Amino acid sequence: MSLGGDIVAVLRGDAQADRVVPPTGFTARLTLFTAAAMAFLAVFALALSLATGRLADRWGSELARSATVRISAPAGQVEAQVQAALRVLRTTPGVTSARVLDAAEQRALLEPWFGPDLPIESLPAPQLIDVVEDGRGYDADGLRLRLTAEAPGAVLDDHTRWRRPLIRAADRLRALGVVSILLIAGATAAMITLAAQAALAANAQVIGVLRLVGARDVYIARAFVRRFTLRALVGAAAGAALATAAIAILPRAGDAGGFLTGLGFQGWHWLWPLAIPPLAAVVAFWATRLAAFRSLRELT
Amino acid sequence: MIELSDVSYSYGGGELLSGISLTLAPGSFHFLTGPSGAGKTTFLKLCYGDLLATAGRVTAFGQDVRGLARDEIARLRRRIGVVHQDCRFLDHLPVAENVALPLIVSGRDTAGEAANLADLLGWVGLSDQAGALPPSLSGGERQRAALARAVIMAPEVVIADEPTGNIDWEMSLRLLSLLVELNKMGKTIVIATHDLNLIRSAKQQVAARVLRIRNRGVQLAGADL
Repeated sequence: MSLGGDIVAVLRGDAQADRVVPPTGFTARLTLFTAAAMAFLAVFALALSLATGRLADRWGSELARSATVRISAPAGQVEAQVQAALRVLRTTPGVTSARVLDAAEQRALLEPWFGPDLPIESLPAPQLIDVVEDGRGYDADGLRLRLTAEAPGAVLDDHTRWRRPLIRAADRLRALGVVSILLIAGATAAMITLAAQAALAANAQVIGVLRLVGARDVYIARAFVRRFTLRALVGAAAGAALATAAIAILPRAGDAGGFLTGLGFQGWHWLWPLAIPPLAAVVAFWATRLAAFRSLRELT
Repeated sequence: MIELSDVSYSYGGGELLSGISLTLAPGSFHFLTGPSGAGKTTFLKLCYGDLLATAGRVTAFGQDVRGLARDEIARLRRRIGVVHQDCRFLDHLPVAENVALPLIVSGRDTAGEAANLADLLGWVGLSDQAGALPPSLSGGERQRAALARAVIMAPEVVIADEPTGNIDWEMSLRLLSLLVELNKMGKTIVIATHDLNLIRSAKQQVAARVLRIRNRGVQLAGADL
Protein backbone atom coordinates (compact mmCIF):
# COMPACT_ATOMS: atom_id res chain seq x y z
CA MET A 1 0.00 0.00 0.00
CA SER A 2 1.88 3.06 -1.19
CA LEU A 3 0.37 5.97 0.73
CA GLY A 4 2.52 8.62 -0.93
CA GLY A 5 1.68 7.21 -4.34
CA ASP A 6 -2.01 7.28 -3.47
CA ILE A 7 -1.87 10.93 -2.43
CA VAL A 8 0.01 11.89 -5.60
CA ALA A 9 -2.45 9.86 -7.69
CA VAL A 10 -5.40 11.64 -6.10
CA LEU A 11 -3.88 15.05 -6.74
CA ARG A 12 -2.56 14.33 -10.21
CA GLY A 13 -5.30 12.06 -11.54
CA ASP A 14 -5.04 9.40 -14.23
CA ALA A 15 -7.67 9.71 -16.92
CA GLN A 16 -7.06 6.20 -18.21
CA ALA A 17 -7.27 4.63 -14.75
CA ASP A 18 -10.39 6.64 -14.00
CA ARG A 19 -12.08 5.19 -17.07
CA VAL A 20 -11.42 1.62 -16.00
CA VAL A 21 -14.03 1.73 -13.22
CA PRO A 22 -17.43 2.78 -14.56
CA PRO A 23 -19.11 5.77 -12.91
CA THR A 24 -21.61 4.94 -10.19
CA GLY A 25 -24.38 7.53 -10.19
CA PHE A 26 -26.10 6.61 -6.94
CA THR A 27 -23.04 6.47 -4.70
CA ALA A 28 -21.67 9.61 -6.35
CA ARG A 29 -24.79 11.59 -5.48
CA LEU A 30 -24.94 10.05 -2.00
CA THR A 31 -21.36 11.03 -1.27
CA LEU A 32 -21.82 14.56 -2.60
CA PHE A 33 -24.97 15.07 -0.53
CA THR A 34 -23.46 13.55 2.63
CA ALA A 35 -20.31 15.65 2.35
CA ALA A 36 -22.34 18.81 1.73
CA ALA A 37 -24.71 18.17 4.65
CA MET A 38 -21.91 17.29 7.04
CA ALA A 39 -19.85 20.32 6.03
CA PHE A 40 -22.91 22.52 6.55
CA LEU A 41 -23.33 21.14 10.09
CA ALA A 42 -19.60 21.32 10.77
CA VAL A 43 -19.50 25.03 9.93
CA PHE A 44 -22.37 25.67 12.34
CA ALA A 45 -20.69 23.60 15.05
CA LEU A 46 -17.52 25.57 14.43
CA ALA A 47 -19.39 28.86 14.69
CA LEU A 48 -21.05 27.70 17.91
CA SER A 49 -17.73 26.63 19.38
CA LEU A 50 -16.00 29.88 18.47
CA ALA A 51 -18.91 32.03 19.69
CA THR A 52 -19.06 30.27 23.06
CA GLY A 53 -15.31 30.53 23.29
CA ARG A 54 -15.51 34.28 22.80
CA LEU A 55 -18.32 34.49 25.33
CA ALA A 56 -16.37 32.55 27.95
CA ASP A 57 -13.29 34.68 27.36
CA ARG A 58 -15.29 37.89 27.65
CA TRP A 59 -17.05 36.85 30.80
CA GLY A 60 -13.83 35.59 32.22
CA SER A 61 -11.81 38.72 31.52
CA GLU A 62 -14.47 41.39 32.12
CA LEU A 63 -16.05 39.95 35.21
CA ALA A 64 -12.85 38.74 36.78
CA ARG A 65 -11.54 42.31 36.86
CA SER A 66 -14.57 43.91 38.43
CA ALA A 67 -16.47 43.67 41.69
CA THR A 68 -19.31 45.45 43.41
CA VAL A 69 -19.62 46.66 47.00
CA ARG A 70 -23.25 46.91 48.07
CA ILE A 71 -24.02 49.08 51.11
CA SER A 72 -27.31 48.55 52.90
CA ALA A 73 -27.64 50.75 55.96
CA PRO A 74 -30.24 52.91 57.71
CA ALA A 75 -30.89 56.12 55.77
CA GLY A 76 -28.74 58.31 57.99
CA GLN A 77 -25.70 56.06 57.91
CA VAL A 78 -25.45 55.28 54.20
CA GLU A 79 -23.22 58.20 53.24
CA ALA A 80 -20.85 57.61 56.18
CA GLN A 81 -20.53 53.91 55.37
CA VAL A 82 -20.00 54.70 51.69
CA GLN A 83 -17.12 57.02 52.52
CA ALA A 84 -15.65 54.46 54.95
CA ALA A 85 -15.88 51.75 52.31
CA LEU A 86 -14.24 54.02 49.71
CA ARG A 87 -11.36 54.69 52.09
CA VAL A 88 -10.86 51.00 52.64
CA LEU A 89 -11.04 50.26 48.91
CA ARG A 90 -8.59 53.01 47.94
CA THR A 91 -6.03 51.64 50.33
CA THR A 92 -6.46 48.04 49.26
CA PRO A 93 -3.59 46.69 47.15
CA GLY A 94 -4.85 45.35 43.83
CA VAL A 95 -7.80 47.73 43.57
CA THR A 96 -7.34 50.19 40.70
CA SER A 97 -10.44 52.27 41.25
CA ALA A 98 -13.59 52.45 43.33
CA ARG A 99 -16.47 54.60 42.12
CA VAL A 100 -19.89 55.25 43.63
CA LEU A 101 -22.69 54.69 41.13
CA ASP A 102 -24.93 57.72 40.84
CA ALA A 103 -28.72 57.60 40.91
CA ALA A 104 -29.02 57.54 37.11
CA GLU A 105 -26.71 54.54 36.84
CA GLN A 106 -28.57 52.66 39.57
CA ARG A 107 -31.88 53.50 37.88
CA ALA A 108 -30.55 52.12 34.62
CA LEU A 109 -29.61 48.88 36.35
CA LEU A 110 -33.12 48.49 37.76
CA GLU A 111 -34.91 49.72 34.65
CA PRO A 112 -35.34 46.26 33.04
CA TRP A 113 -37.40 45.14 36.04
CA PHE A 114 -39.16 48.33 37.26
CA GLY A 115 -39.37 50.57 34.18
CA PRO A 116 -37.81 53.98 33.41
CA ASP A 117 -39.74 56.12 35.91
CA LEU A 118 -38.51 54.44 39.06
CA PRO A 119 -38.16 57.01 41.94
CA ILE A 120 -34.98 55.44 43.17
CA GLU A 121 -34.23 58.29 45.62
CA SER A 122 -37.36 57.38 47.61
CA LEU A 123 -36.63 53.63 47.69
CA PRO A 124 -34.44 51.90 50.28
CA ALA A 125 -32.19 50.62 47.49
CA PRO A 126 -28.64 49.80 48.54
CA GLN A 127 -25.84 52.09 47.34
CA LEU A 128 -23.49 50.42 44.88
CA ILE A 129 -19.72 50.98 44.49
CA ASP A 130 -18.08 49.76 41.28
CA VAL A 131 -14.62 48.28 41.99
CA VAL A 132 -12.04 47.68 39.27
CA GLU A 133 -9.00 45.60 40.11
CA ASP A 134 -5.60 45.46 38.46
CA GLY A 135 -4.02 42.41 36.88
CA ARG A 136 -2.69 41.06 40.18
CA GLY A 137 -6.09 41.10 41.88
CA TYR A 138 -6.80 41.68 45.56
CA ASP A 139 -7.26 39.58 48.66
CA ALA A 140 -11.08 39.23 48.70
CA ASP A 141 -11.26 37.61 52.17
CA GLY A 142 -9.03 40.29 53.71
CA LEU A 143 -11.04 43.04 52.04
CA ARG A 144 -14.32 41.60 53.38
CA LEU A 145 -12.93 41.60 56.93
CA ARG A 146 -11.77 45.21 56.65
CA LEU A 147 -15.11 46.31 55.13
CA THR A 148 -17.01 44.59 57.92
CA ALA A 149 -14.92 46.46 60.46
CA GLU A 150 -15.14 49.91 58.82
CA ALA A 151 -18.56 49.76 57.13
CA PRO A 152 -20.77 47.02 58.66
CA GLY A 153 -23.44 47.42 55.96
CA ALA A 154 -20.99 46.77 53.10
CA VAL A 155 -21.08 43.49 51.24
CA LEU A 156 -18.40 42.66 48.67
CA ASP A 157 -19.63 40.80 45.61
CA ASP A 158 -16.67 39.73 43.46
CA HIS A 159 -19.03 38.03 40.93
CA THR A 160 -17.38 34.66 41.56
CA ARG A 161 -20.62 33.07 42.65
CA TRP A 162 -22.39 33.54 39.32
CA ARG A 163 -19.41 34.04 37.04
CA ARG A 164 -18.02 30.54 37.52
CA PRO A 165 -21.09 28.58 36.41
CA LEU A 166 -21.48 30.88 33.40
CA ILE A 167 -17.90 30.38 32.33
CA ARG A 168 -18.21 26.66 33.00
CA ALA A 169 -21.35 26.54 30.85
CA ALA A 170 -19.65 28.46 28.06
CA ASP A 171 -16.62 26.18 28.23
CA ARG A 172 -18.88 23.14 28.06
CA LEU A 173 -20.67 24.59 25.03
CA ARG A 174 -17.31 25.16 23.39
CA ALA A 175 -16.29 21.56 24.13
CA LEU A 176 -19.64 20.36 22.79
CA GLY A 177 -18.95 22.26 19.58
CA VAL A 178 -15.60 20.51 19.21
CA VAL A 179 -17.17 17.11 20.01
CA SER A 180 -19.86 17.84 17.42
CA ILE A 181 -17.21 18.50 14.80
CA LEU A 182 -15.47 15.23 15.67
CA LEU A 183 -18.80 13.37 15.53
CA ILE A 184 -19.54 14.95 12.17
CA ALA A 185 -16.13 13.83 10.89
CA GLY A 186 -16.81 10.32 12.19
CA ALA A 187 -20.29 10.21 10.66
CA THR A 188 -18.84 11.46 7.37
CA ALA A 189 -16.24 8.69 7.45
CA ALA A 190 -18.93 6.10 8.21
CA MET A 191 -21.20 7.29 5.41
CA ILE A 192 -18.37 7.43 2.89
CA THR A 193 -17.19 3.97 3.97
CA LEU A 194 -20.69 2.59 3.33
CA ALA A 195 -20.91 4.35 -0.03
CA ALA A 196 -17.44 3.13 -1.01
CA GLN A 197 -18.28 -0.43 0.00
CA ALA A 198 -21.50 -0.24 -2.02
CA ALA A 199 -19.53 1.02 -5.03
CA LEU A 200 -16.93 -1.74 -4.62
CA ALA A 201 -19.62 -4.42 -4.30
CA ALA A 202 -21.44 -3.04 -7.36
CA ASN A 203 -18.17 -3.28 -9.28
CA ALA A 204 -17.20 -6.77 -8.11
CA GLN A 205 -17.14 -8.05 -11.68
CA VAL A 206 -14.96 -5.16 -12.84
CA ILE A 207 -12.61 -5.83 -9.94
CA GLY A 208 -12.49 -9.52 -10.85
CA VAL A 209 -11.46 -8.65 -14.42
CA LEU A 210 -8.83 -6.21 -13.22
CA ARG A 211 -7.34 -8.79 -10.84
CA LEU A 212 -7.38 -11.34 -13.67
CA VAL A 213 -5.29 -9.10 -15.93
CA GLY A 214 -2.76 -8.36 -13.19
CA ALA A 215 -4.01 -5.20 -11.48
CA ARG A 216 -2.60 -4.69 -8.02
CA ASP A 217 -4.92 -3.81 -5.14
CA VAL A 218 -3.42 -0.34 -4.92
CA TYR A 219 -4.29 0.35 -8.56
CA ILE A 220 -7.91 -0.73 -8.11
CA ALA A 221 -8.25 1.09 -4.79
CA ARG A 222 -6.90 4.33 -6.26
CA ALA A 223 -9.69 4.55 -8.79
CA PHE A 224 -12.22 4.52 -5.95
CA VAL A 225 -10.19 6.62 -3.50
CA ARG A 226 -9.69 9.42 -6.02
CA ARG A 227 -13.37 9.49 -6.89
CA PHE A 228 -14.65 9.58 -3.34
CA THR A 229 -12.03 12.07 -2.20
CA LEU A 230 -12.93 14.51 -4.98
CA ARG A 231 -16.65 14.05 -4.38
CA ALA A 232 -16.20 14.74 -0.67
CA LEU A 233 -14.12 17.81 -1.47
CA VAL A 234 -16.68 19.22 -3.89
CA GLY A 235 -19.67 18.36 -1.69
CA ALA A 236 -18.04 19.79 1.43
CA ALA A 237 -17.07 22.97 -0.42
CA ALA A 238 -20.69 23.49 -1.42
CA GLY A 239 -21.98 22.73 2.09
CA ALA A 240 -19.40 24.95 3.77
CA ALA A 241 -20.12 27.82 1.38
CA LEU A 242 -23.85 27.56 2.05
CA ALA A 243 -23.38 27.43 5.81
CA THR A 244 -20.97 30.37 5.77
CA ALA A 245 -23.46 32.40 3.74
CA ALA A 246 -26.25 31.45 6.15
CA ILE A 247 -24.18 32.58 9.12
CA ALA A 248 -23.18 35.79 7.36
CA ILE A 249 -26.81 36.80 6.91
CA LEU A 250 -27.86 36.02 10.49
CA PRO A 251 -29.42 39.16 12.02
CA ARG A 252 -27.09 41.29 14.17
CA ALA A 253 -28.40 43.14 17.21
CA GLY A 254 -25.17 44.24 18.80
CA ASP A 255 -24.57 43.61 22.46
CA ALA A 256 -28.27 43.66 23.21
CA GLY A 257 -28.71 40.44 21.29
CA GLY A 258 -26.20 38.67 23.50
CA PHE A 259 -25.14 35.15 22.63
CA LEU A 260 -27.75 34.33 19.98
CA THR A 261 -26.88 37.18 17.66
CA GLY A 262 -23.19 36.69 18.41
CA LEU A 263 -23.27 33.23 16.76
CA GLY A 264 -20.86 33.45 13.87
CA PHE A 265 -17.31 34.32 13.01
CA GLN A 266 -15.30 37.41 13.72
CA GLY A 267 -12.18 38.68 11.99
CA TRP A 268 -9.85 36.01 10.68
CA HIS A 269 -12.15 33.34 12.10
CA TRP A 270 -14.11 33.69 8.85
CA LEU A 271 -11.26 31.69 7.30
CA TRP A 272 -12.05 28.64 9.43
CA PRO A 273 -14.81 27.31 7.10
CA LEU A 274 -12.15 27.09 4.37
CA ALA A 275 -10.57 24.25 6.36
CA ILE A 276 -13.72 22.11 6.25
CA PRO A 277 -13.57 20.91 2.58
CA PRO A 278 -9.91 19.77 2.76
CA LEU A 279 -10.64 18.05 6.06
CA ALA A 280 -13.64 16.30 4.51
CA ALA A 281 -11.39 15.22 1.62
CA VAL A 282 -8.82 13.80 4.07
CA VAL A 283 -11.56 11.91 5.94
CA ALA A 284 -12.93 10.56 2.63
CA PHE A 285 -9.44 9.60 1.45
CA TRP A 286 -8.77 7.48 4.53
CA ALA A 287 -12.28 6.05 4.79
CA THR A 288 -12.31 4.97 1.14
CA ARG A 289 -8.75 3.67 1.23
CA LEU A 290 -9.39 1.46 4.25
CA ALA A 291 -12.76 0.28 2.87
CA ALA A 292 -11.24 -0.43 -0.54
CA PHE A 293 -8.35 -2.55 0.71
CA ARG A 294 -10.62 -4.45 3.09
CA SER A 295 -13.23 -5.08 0.37
CA LEU A 296 -10.59 -6.11 -2.18
CA ARG A 297 -9.27 -8.74 0.21
CA GLU A 298 -12.81 -10.05 0.67
CA LEU A 299 -13.89 -9.84 -2.98
CA THR A 300 -10.91 -11.50 -4.65
CA MET B 1 8.02 -23.13 -15.41
CA ILE B 2 4.90 -24.22 -13.50
CA GLU B 3 5.32 -27.20 -11.24
CA LEU B 4 2.78 -28.93 -9.03
CA SER B 5 4.16 -31.22 -6.32
CA ASP B 6 1.68 -33.54 -4.60
CA VAL B 7 -0.97 -30.84 -4.79
CA SER B 8 -4.41 -31.29 -3.27
CA TYR B 9 -7.32 -28.91 -3.11
CA SER B 10 -10.29 -29.24 -0.78
CA TYR B 11 -13.41 -27.15 -0.72
CA GLY B 12 -16.43 -27.30 1.56
CA GLY B 13 -15.13 -30.36 3.38
CA GLY B 14 -14.63 -32.40 0.18
CA GLU B 15 -11.40 -33.04 -1.67
CA LEU B 16 -11.65 -31.84 -5.28
CA LEU B 17 -8.12 -32.61 -6.41
CA SER B 18 -5.64 -34.90 -4.74
CA GLY B 19 -1.94 -35.73 -4.99
CA ILE B 20 -1.25 -34.04 -8.32
CA SER B 21 2.37 -33.83 -9.40
CA LEU B 22 3.01 -32.31 -12.78
CA THR B 23 5.41 -30.02 -14.63
CA LEU B 24 4.35 -27.62 -17.37
CA ALA B 25 7.63 -27.15 -19.20
CA PRO B 26 8.47 -24.07 -21.28
CA GLY B 27 7.11 -24.31 -24.81
CA SER B 28 4.91 -27.32 -24.05
CA PHE B 29 1.30 -27.72 -25.20
CA HIS B 30 -1.19 -29.37 -22.83
CA PHE B 31 -4.81 -30.25 -23.05
CA LEU B 32 -6.66 -30.84 -19.82
CA THR B 33 -9.79 -32.87 -20.20
CA GLY B 34 -12.37 -34.50 -18.03
CA PRO B 35 -16.08 -34.38 -17.33
CA SER B 36 -17.81 -31.23 -16.12
CA GLY B 37 -17.17 -30.67 -12.42
CA ALA B 38 -14.03 -32.84 -12.46
CA GLY B 39 -11.89 -29.92 -11.37
CA LYS B 40 -10.38 -28.60 -14.61
CA THR B 41 -11.02 -24.95 -13.74
CA THR B 42 -9.76 -25.51 -10.18
CA PHE B 43 -6.56 -27.03 -11.57
CA LEU B 44 -6.02 -24.02 -13.84
CA LYS B 45 -6.73 -21.58 -11.03
CA LEU B 46 -4.11 -23.31 -8.89
CA CYS B 47 -1.64 -22.78 -11.75
CA TYR B 48 -2.17 -19.02 -12.01
CA GLY B 49 -2.57 -18.36 -8.29
CA ASP B 50 -6.29 -17.63 -8.18
CA LEU B 51 -6.61 -20.52 -5.70
CA LEU B 52 -4.07 -21.82 -3.23
CA ALA B 53 -3.47 -25.53 -2.82
CA THR B 54 -4.66 -26.89 0.51
CA ALA B 55 -1.77 -29.37 0.44
CA GLY B 56 1.37 -29.75 -1.62
CA ARG B 57 3.20 -27.01 -3.47
CA VAL B 58 2.66 -25.02 -6.66
CA THR B 59 5.74 -23.33 -8.06
CA ALA B 60 5.48 -20.75 -10.84
CA PHE B 61 8.64 -19.35 -12.42
CA GLY B 62 10.63 -20.66 -9.46
CA GLN B 63 8.42 -19.06 -6.81
CA ASP B 64 6.20 -20.89 -4.37
CA VAL B 65 2.75 -19.45 -5.13
CA ARG B 66 1.64 -19.90 -1.52
CA GLY B 67 4.36 -17.52 -0.33
CA LEU B 68 3.45 -14.76 -2.75
CA ALA B 69 1.86 -11.56 -1.50
CA ARG B 70 -1.25 -10.26 -3.27
CA ASP B 71 0.82 -7.80 -5.31
CA GLU B 72 3.19 -10.59 -6.34
CA ILE B 73 0.23 -12.70 -7.43
CA ALA B 74 -0.89 -9.73 -9.55
CA ARG B 75 2.57 -9.59 -11.15
CA LEU B 76 2.48 -13.36 -11.71
CA ARG B 77 -0.74 -12.91 -13.70
CA ARG B 78 1.06 -10.61 -16.09
CA ARG B 79 3.29 -13.58 -16.96
CA ILE B 80 0.37 -15.97 -17.36
CA GLY B 81 -2.31 -14.97 -19.85
CA VAL B 82 -5.73 -16.39 -19.05
CA VAL B 83 -8.70 -16.88 -21.39
CA HIS B 84 -11.99 -17.77 -19.70
CA GLN B 85 -14.96 -19.45 -21.27
CA ASP B 86 -17.15 -16.48 -20.28
CA CYS B 87 -14.52 -13.95 -21.48
CA ARG B 88 -15.14 -11.34 -18.80
CA PHE B 89 -14.71 -7.83 -20.18
CA LEU B 90 -15.30 -4.31 -18.97
CA ASP B 91 -18.45 -3.68 -20.97
CA HIS B 92 -18.19 0.11 -20.80
CA LEU B 93 -14.80 0.15 -22.55
CA PRO B 94 -14.26 -0.53 -26.28
CA VAL B 95 -12.57 -3.73 -27.40
CA ALA B 96 -9.20 -2.06 -27.99
CA GLU B 97 -9.08 -0.73 -24.41
CA ASN B 98 -10.18 -4.09 -23.04
CA VAL B 99 -7.39 -5.78 -24.95
CA ALA B 100 -4.95 -3.14 -23.68
CA LEU B 101 -6.17 -3.50 -20.09
CA PRO B 102 -3.13 -5.47 -18.86
CA LEU B 103 -0.90 -2.66 -20.19
CA ILE B 104 -3.07 0.00 -18.52
CA VAL B 105 -3.13 -1.65 -15.10
CA SER B 106 0.60 -2.29 -15.17
CA GLY B 107 1.24 1.41 -15.82
CA ARG B 108 2.72 0.90 -19.31
CA ASP B 109 2.41 3.67 -21.87
CA THR B 110 -0.45 2.50 -24.06
CA ALA B 111 0.21 5.23 -26.63
CA GLY B 112 3.67 3.75 -27.19
CA GLU B 113 2.12 0.30 -27.60
CA ALA B 114 -0.48 1.45 -30.14
CA ALA B 115 1.25 -0.28 -33.07
CA ASN B 116 1.54 -3.53 -31.13
CA LEU B 117 -2.11 -3.29 -30.14
CA ALA B 118 -3.16 -2.74 -33.76
CA ASP B 119 -1.02 -5.70 -34.86
CA LEU B 120 -2.53 -7.87 -32.16
CA LEU B 121 -6.09 -6.92 -33.09
CA GLY B 122 -5.22 -7.68 -36.73
CA TRP B 123 -3.72 -11.03 -35.72
CA VAL B 124 -6.97 -12.11 -34.02
CA GLY B 125 -9.05 -10.57 -36.84
CA LEU B 126 -10.67 -7.82 -34.79
CA SER B 127 -9.25 -4.68 -36.40
CA ASP B 128 -12.71 -3.59 -37.47
CA GLN B 129 -14.14 -4.15 -34.01
CA ALA B 130 -11.51 -2.14 -32.11
CA GLY B 131 -13.96 0.61 -31.23
CA ALA B 132 -16.94 -1.66 -30.57
CA LEU B 133 -18.18 -2.40 -27.07
CA PRO B 134 -17.84 -6.03 -25.91
CA PRO B 135 -21.59 -6.74 -25.69
CA SER B 136 -21.85 -6.19 -29.44
CA LEU B 137 -19.30 -8.95 -30.23
CA SER B 138 -20.18 -12.49 -31.24
CA GLY B 139 -19.03 -15.46 -29.13
CA GLY B 140 -16.07 -16.15 -31.39
CA GLU B 141 -15.04 -12.50 -31.48
CA ARG B 142 -15.19 -12.33 -27.69
CA GLN B 143 -12.93 -15.38 -27.42
CA ARG B 144 -10.42 -13.87 -29.82
CA ALA B 145 -10.52 -10.56 -27.99
CA ALA B 146 -9.92 -12.43 -24.74
CA LEU B 147 -6.97 -14.23 -26.33
CA ALA B 148 -5.53 -10.92 -27.54
CA ARG B 149 -5.88 -9.52 -24.02
CA ALA B 150 -4.22 -12.62 -22.58
CA VAL B 151 -1.14 -12.30 -24.79
CA ILE B 152 -0.64 -8.52 -24.97
CA MET B 153 1.88 -8.61 -22.10
CA ALA B 154 3.83 -11.31 -23.97
CA PRO B 155 3.30 -13.90 -21.23
CA GLU B 156 5.32 -17.08 -21.09
CA VAL B 157 2.22 -19.18 -20.41
CA VAL B 158 -1.29 -18.96 -21.88
CA ILE B 159 -4.08 -20.78 -20.05
CA ALA B 160 -7.46 -21.17 -21.72
CA ASP B 161 -10.42 -22.52 -19.80
CA GLU B 162 -12.98 -24.06 -22.17
CA PRO B 163 -12.24 -21.39 -24.80
CA THR B 164 -14.42 -23.06 -27.45
CA GLY B 165 -17.35 -23.88 -25.17
CA ASN B 166 -19.63 -21.20 -26.59
CA ILE B 167 -18.52 -20.99 -30.23
CA ASP B 168 -19.07 -23.00 -33.39
CA TRP B 169 -16.62 -25.50 -34.83
CA GLU B 170 -15.24 -23.21 -37.51
CA MET B 171 -14.50 -20.52 -34.93
CA SER B 172 -13.04 -23.13 -32.57
CA LEU B 173 -10.55 -24.17 -35.24
CA ARG B 174 -9.62 -20.55 -35.84
CA LEU B 175 -8.98 -19.99 -32.15
CA LEU B 176 -7.00 -23.23 -31.96
CA SER B 177 -4.80 -22.14 -34.83
CA LEU B 178 -3.99 -18.94 -32.94
CA LEU B 179 -3.04 -20.93 -29.84
CA VAL B 180 -0.92 -23.30 -31.92
CA GLU B 181 0.78 -20.28 -33.47
CA LEU B 182 1.54 -18.94 -30.00
CA ASN B 183 3.01 -22.30 -29.01
CA LYS B 184 5.24 -22.22 -32.07
CA MET B 185 6.45 -18.84 -30.81
CA GLY B 186 7.61 -20.61 -27.64
CA LYS B 187 4.65 -20.03 -25.34
CA THR B 188 3.47 -22.74 -22.98
CA ILE B 189 -0.18 -23.47 -23.70
CA VAL B 190 -2.66 -25.15 -21.38
CA ILE B 191 -6.21 -25.64 -22.64
CA ALA B 192 -9.00 -27.11 -20.55
CA THR B 193 -11.65 -28.63 -22.79
CA HIS B 194 -14.03 -31.52 -23.08
CA ASP B 195 -14.09 -31.20 -26.87
CA LEU B 196 -12.22 -34.30 -28.07
CA ASN B 197 -12.47 -33.22 -31.71
CA LEU B 198 -10.57 -30.09 -30.87
CA ILE B 199 -7.85 -32.16 -29.19
CA ARG B 200 -7.59 -34.47 -32.18
CA SER B 201 -7.36 -31.53 -34.52
CA ALA B 202 -4.63 -29.93 -32.39
CA LYS B 203 -2.60 -33.14 -32.26
CA GLN B 204 -2.35 -33.03 -36.05
CA GLN B 205 -0.65 -29.64 -35.79
CA VAL B 206 1.40 -29.77 -32.61
CA ALA B 207 2.93 -32.24 -30.13
CA ALA B 208 0.28 -31.84 -27.44
CA ARG B 209 0.15 -33.72 -24.18
CA VAL B 210 -3.34 -34.65 -23.08
CA LEU B 211 -4.02 -34.79 -19.35
CA ARG B 212 -7.21 -36.25 -17.97
CA ILE B 213 -8.64 -35.51 -14.56
CA ARG B 214 -10.02 -38.71 -13.08
CA ASN B 215 -10.70 -39.69 -9.48
CA ARG B 216 -9.39 -36.31 -8.26
CA GLY B 217 -6.01 -36.98 -9.87
CA VAL B 218 -4.43 -36.12 -13.21
CA GLN B 219 -3.41 -38.87 -15.60
CA LEU B 220 -1.73 -38.75 -18.95
CA ALA B 221 -4.36 -39.77 -21.51
CA GLY B 222 -3.57 -42.68 -23.78
CA ALA B 223 -3.65 -43.17 -27.54
CA ASP B 224 -7.45 -43.26 -27.57
CA LEU B 225 -7.42 -39.53 -28.12
